[in-house]
Amino acid sequence: MQNMLSRQEISIQTSDFSLADEVGLLEQDNLSDGAIVTFTGRVRNNNNGNSVTTLTLEHYPGMTEKALAKIIIQAKERWNIGRVKVIHRIGELAIGEQIVFVGITSKHRHDAFAANEFIMDYLKVKAPFWKKERISDAGQTSESWLDAKTTDTDKAGLWS
Amino acid sequence: MIKIVFFAALREQLDCAELSIAADKVKTVADIKQILSARNEQWRQTFSNSSLLSAVNHDMVDASQVVKAGDEVAFFPPVTGG
Repeated sequence: MQNMLSRQEISIQTSDFSLADEVGLLEQDNLSDGAIVTFTGRVRNNNNGNSVTTLTLEHYPGMTEKALAKIIIQAKERWNIGRVKVIHRIGELAIGEQIVFVGITSKHRHDAFAANEFIMDYLKVKAPFWKKERISDAGQTSESWLDAKTTDTDKAGLWS
Repeated sequence: MIKIVFFAALREQLDCAELSIAADKVKTVADIKQILSARNEQWRQTFSNSSLLSAVNHDMVDASQVVKAGDEVAFFPPVTGG
């Protein structure tokens, strides 16, 4: 049952999402939680000084959902949170498009703030997604897989 | 049989998305890495990268993880989502 509930909290999708709709779902019939914290990640137009044109996201179907479910369970064990929603897009994304959404509700703000940051930090190092960027440099375009950042590993390590 | 899958930069370097190996040839993830490394120079180089991650049945594991017939073993680079 726990697992089924967790599954509904996770969506891996190619399509875009609406921040307003997601906040609406977190609020709907939920009068016991006074705090909603949302995070949205978007495609930047630059990375390491290069001009990015598009980003392509690959993932490992099956493992992605399992990894995110585990992260959500850990967040629920650590903080007193209500509803959780994690959306991650895959496929080709243009500059400015939304990539990821984490929405959390809780009675008081502290739990939702902390759990939201925890889920993003863990998603960054434990969920099997990979970004490939297409960059444009003096009219030449090239594609390359992004390298993982040690700062992300260090940041996630601070929670343990 | 054990199903082995590769993702992202690793899949492109190897030009291979998945393959199968006989389960009786290997005990652990490390054994699988050793067999794959022996295929040729490209595979040897790819698997010599110490930052490579592995998963068995969708859970991240280290190389000492024991594997059995029917398992799905995955190899991939450090993740970069979010």
